[in-house]
Amino acid sequence: MRNTCLNMVYELAKRDPRVVFIGSDLSPGLLAGMKQDYPNRWFMEGVTEANVIGIAAGMAKEGYVPYVNTIATFITRRCYEQVAIDLCLHDLPVRLIGNGGGLVYAPLGPTHLAIEDMTIMRALPNMAVVAVCDAPEMTRFMEGSLDWPSPIYIRLAKGGDLVVSRPENGFTFGKAIRMRKARGRDPVVLMATGVMTTNCLAAADLLGREGYDASVVHFHTVKPLDEEAVLEHADNARLVVTVEEGVAIGGFGSAVTDLLVEEMGQSLPRIIRLALPDAFPHKYGVQNDLLEIYGLMPNQIAATVSNALSKEEMVA
Amino acid sequence: MAMTAEAAEVIETASPPLDERSKYLRRLVVRGLEGGGRGHVGSSLSLIEIMRVLYDDVLRHRPKDPQWRNRDRMILSKGHGCLALYVMLADKGFIPLETLDTFCHRDSILGGHPEAGKIPGVEASTGALGHGLSVGVGMALAARMQERDSRIFVCTGDGEINEGSIWEAAMCASKHKLDNLAVIVDYNKIQSAGPTREIQDLEPLVDKWEAFGFATTEVDGHDVAELRAVFRRLPFSPQRPSAIICHTVKGKGLPFAENDANWHHKAKVPPELVADMYAALR
Repeated sequence: MRNTCLNMVYELAKRDPRVVFIGSDLSPGLLAGMKQDYPNRWFMEGVTEANVIGIAAGMAKEGYVPYVNTIATFITRRCYEQVAIDLCLHDLPVRLIGNGGGLVYAPLGPTHLAIEDMTIMRALPNMAVVAVCDAPEMTRFMEGSLDWPSPIYIRLAKGGDLVVSRPENGFTFGKAIRMRKARGRDPVVLMATGVMTTNCLAAADLLGREGYDASVVHFHTVKPLDEEAVLEHADNARLVVTVEEGVAIGGFGSAVTDLLVEEMGQSLPRIIRLALPDAFPHKYGVQNDLLEIYGLMPNQIAATVSNALSKEEMVA
Repeated sequence: MAMTAEAAEVIETASPPLDERSKYLRRLVVRGLEGGGRGHVGSSLSLIEIMRVLYDDVLRHRPKDPQWRNRDRMILSKGHGCLALYVMLADKGFIPLETLDTFCHRDSILGGHPEAGKIPGVEASTGALGHGLSVGVGMALAARMQERDSRIFVCTGDGEINEGSIWEAAMCASKHKLDNLAVIVDYNKIQSAGPTREIQDLEPLVDKWEAFGFATTEVDGHDVAELRAVFRRLPFSPQRPSAIICHTVKGKGLPFAENDANWHHKAKVPPELVADMYAALR
């Protein structure tokens, strides 16, 4: 997904002279082709995140569309005020590409774990937040990313991600995609973003074997949230489960439940939010180790749902 | 070599007396303070001659076409000194003079920090310190990519350059050999909490900018003729960004406010104070 995203920056640069790439201190040889073909529009500016955001703002003020790339924690936390003021207050078309969204950098520890990136980015006026589920969807997103008039935070997953998206679903900014349709009239609805959509699809298959019918709705755009899709799928749902690889506070699930509480009133379905707790992860290992600790692996998502449903049935 | 604080004081006392235009512009600042009933008094008054010379003699601008592509860009990175910028924008006709009376009013375009997109002629929204130089670097790189000869001026405060982001931007400007970029430091030597020498000493300031790759010059920031001469020499050195350290006096023009940190910002500017200010600027 990361390579696809960066290769798309190069592709876009070939097509459009407004495209500029700015990195901080990334891998040697990164976007070497672009550097060679368009040396004037390829920048590697060192470990100066605040400066990099300011430069991007200055260029965007002059008509460029800068794609800025570094590790997700540093492009969000380290330069938050620059992102807020230089990009969001000026409402400039700068794209922030954050490597290692969520728990990707598990072995590197909490300094590198972007657990609250979606929360803090979606809190900023004018900022859009995108977390696609696989590389082909990244390509479809990037194709249309040039002309969005405002800043976008692009959350990258680990790479080599299982491909679950389908070309026929396309990519429309701010429009959710139903990836799996339940057949029954009062289904379980799993709403997810990023690669948690992939885990939800696997969880839905497991639930199917237990006789529970689940839909999966993929929100590649966390902000602006597809409110229509949230409300449509929550209507008549037996259970709504939001799943994200980020803290529950202010994240994707929070956006969904805020909307449901305000719009559905008495007819609110039962909701479970699966997300990260309000704590820095203390373990290392690999991404899946941490996902397991926090109950976000497919079998765990399925177990949480089936437990909730079986308790409900017992009460009934 | 950097100037010692003692030598800087000599320059201050050697400043020529304010001429009628400098007094007039300061009276316009007071008009803004009166309209808003508040404002950054000292921080604006140290800037007047810098802004005056920039807008009268240096910047290529078109007040009736503020987005003119080939204009020079001026970012007031120390956004709290905005009244000095607003009076020049009013004086040049970017905005009507009467707009000054609406300073900080609910529906005014003129807030306590300048906002791009609201105020014709304001290039960047500033107020959070330490942002303007990086934005200026981006604009300078853009001018180079677009083969425009626009020059970029970024005016910072002295307290402002405590911010690490300024020095990130300085390294970057130097790396890219941005001789179309000039940073102007309003060195009035008093930040909000007190003297810069006590709060966060900047000396040796000239050496610092030189070490970061800037061709650096010092000037009496209230001497109009000297300022003109310095700006005329830009860029000071080919392939290098320029820095102009302007030795100024916080609150310049108001004897009761000069060199006094208590005049950095006034949350209340009552009518009797306004009268005293006007009296001092006759």
